[in-house]
Amino acid sequence: MRVLVPLPVVLPLLAAALNVLLARWQPVQRTVSVLTLSAVLGTAVVLLREADGSGATVVQLGGWAAPAGISLVADRLSTLLLAVSAGVLLAVLLYAIGQGVTDGGRSQVAVFHPCYMVLAAGIAMAFLTGDLFNLFVAFEVMLVASYVLITLEGGAEQVRAGMTYVVTSLVASVLFVTAVGLVYAATGTVNMADAAVRLQDVPDGVRVALGLTLLVVFGIKAAIFPLFSWLPDSYPTAPSPVTAVFAGLLTKVGVYAVLRTQTLLFPDSPAIDRVLLVLAVLTMVVGILGALVQDELKRLLSFTIVSHIGYMLLGLGLASTAGLAGAVLYTVHHIVVQTTLFLVEGLVERRDGTASLRRSGGLQHVAPVLAVLYLLPALSLAGIPPLSGFVAKLGLLQAGLADGGALALTAVAAAVLTSLLTLYAMGKVWSEVFWGPVAEVVADADRTDDLDLGTARTPGLMLGAAVVAVVAGLAITVVAGPLYGLSARAAEDLVSPEGYVTAVLDGAP
Amino acid sequence: MTGNLVLALLIGVLYAVGTYLLLQRTLTRVVLGLGLLSHGANLLLLAAGGRPGAVPFAGSTDGAAGAGTADPLPQAMVLTAIVITFGVTAFLLALAFRSWLLTGEDSVQDDVEDRRIAAASPAGHAHAARPEDEA
Repeated sequence: MRVLVPLPVVLPLLAAALNVLLARWQPVQRTVSVLTLSAVLGTAVVLLREADGSGATVVQLGGWAAPAGISLVADRLSTLLLAVSAGVLLAVLLYAIGQGVTDGGRSQVAVFHPCYMVLAAGIAMAFLTGDLFNLFVAFEVMLVASYVLITLEGGAEQVRAGMTYVVTSLVASVLFVTAVGLVYAATGTVNMADAAVRLQDVPDGVRVALGLTLLVVFGIKAAIFPLFSWLPDSYPTAPSPVTAVFAGLLTKVGVYAVLRTQTLLFPDSPAIDRVLLVLAVLTMVVGILGALVQDELKRLLSFTIVSHIGYMLLGLGLASTAGLAGAVLYTVHHIVVQTTLFLVEGLVERRDGTASLRRSGGLQHVAPVLAVLYLLPALSLAGIPPLSGFVAKLGLLQAGLADGGALALTAVAAAVLTSLLTLYAMGKVWSEVFWGPVAEVVADADRTDDLDLGTARTPGLMLGAAVVAVVAGLAITVVAGPLYGLSARAAEDLVSPEGYVTAVLDGAP
Repeated sequence: MTGNLVLALLIGVLYAVGTYLLLQRTLTRVVLGLGLLSHGANLLLLAAGGRPGAVPFAGSTDGAAGAGTADPLPQAMVLTAIVITFGVTAFLLALAFRSWLLTGEDSVQDDVEDRRIAAASPAGHAHAARPEDEA
């Protein structure tokens, strides 16, 4: 099994190199990408079964024993998120191929596939690594690919948004290097398992300061209030599949990093937990209020990403097994549902020719399938039973009520309020886009590029990928019981990290 | 661990100047600011490794291992960080150049929300209409 652990990182990197060489043979490029991501998905599922059945699999890269070498750790949490991410990456890739944004268009250089593979490698490395500096490298690999993808079209609006996005991410990276330096100065190690042991001897004040520095770093990546304003500004300018994969995965990698570092390196820090709960309330409420006033579908959905990051923080801030289990399940649910909504948004934009709420309408008459595809994930996001959002929210709310503290109850109230406001935002989209008189289709402003807008002709692959994503969201409801069990076992690992530490430090090289 | 005052002051100055430049409205200054900031962060990481010492070869026999040798790990990490910063700075410069080609201005553009607010208020509208408000 150990040989499988580096594969989710190595395979996409190899595929990226191959795709650069194959830039002129686009059908081959597509095949390479699809096969690679399928292999990553298969590997991730095998690793998940292994991690759940017989504990974490640890690989010491290059045969250097921890803490000198870099450890890759495939435990329940990392493999669960890896498997879900690989599935989402594959679905979005198929959608992007169907839409035609992958083929280079005017520039005739098919840069999409190599970048997409590098992105997949970065995401997998961030989930698997057990080393703080390697986590920084993983973030950089992922972000550099995302810089290219977000400025893919290279128009004035993309460059403006890309500038904001790149500069914000770079500031976070500088802070990350700073935090790694400070952790190294305090403990003399960057191996997370080793640092977890050594941080226990570090004075409380220093520990909390390190924890909060890392929280700021990952807070920028995860778009936590008040560090979120770059997200709704930059995401909507990219093509729909790119926005979909960013919305589903990039912020969740940040959330994963927060989950991992706060539970492993800084357990039993009530001060940080209180901060997390306050941030959770503010992120949820401010994010959804931002969504309500938007007139553009993509911007509205971008604000809901921010808002729903708050739910995951809520689970983490409760610092109980039930809270963390809720947070893990919510992350899985949100990756799938948010990605699906952006895929459907792409279909709506293709049909209507615009993402503006005011200029569209009556879509349920001309495209009833699209209406169903939107309605299911939208209701799930708002938490209507029996969809997956309801199950995940129920877990979090029960954990919050069980906690019983004033701050926890406030957070629960804010979560319920955010749920209602999400339903209102989703309803607003429904009434503007799908109900009402049929609006005139907005003609494609630029017919020379590879994005077709305002056409009734939808490629089967696009529609198929969106349907698969919707069905995957429904499947979470069906397997909610076993999935919650798995999340609870993953949360158990997080609450008592001794197993993780022993697995890494005592593992054979 | 003993510190190095000159290094500490240098790191502080780099962070301060980098932050100042980052907050400017000119894209070139933002890029330079990020460069200085990352230099500061890299130096901090290097300083975390402690004092310089003998060459740290694995299995070397002169001197007890660990005593008197330099810590190689932060140096390896700083090297990685420098390479990453170099690549990203090159991308950022290309992006800034593209922005200049497209808009003819070397400055950060207002975002969508800013423009909407500026258009809504008469005073803000007059303010937004002046292109050289930062000069």
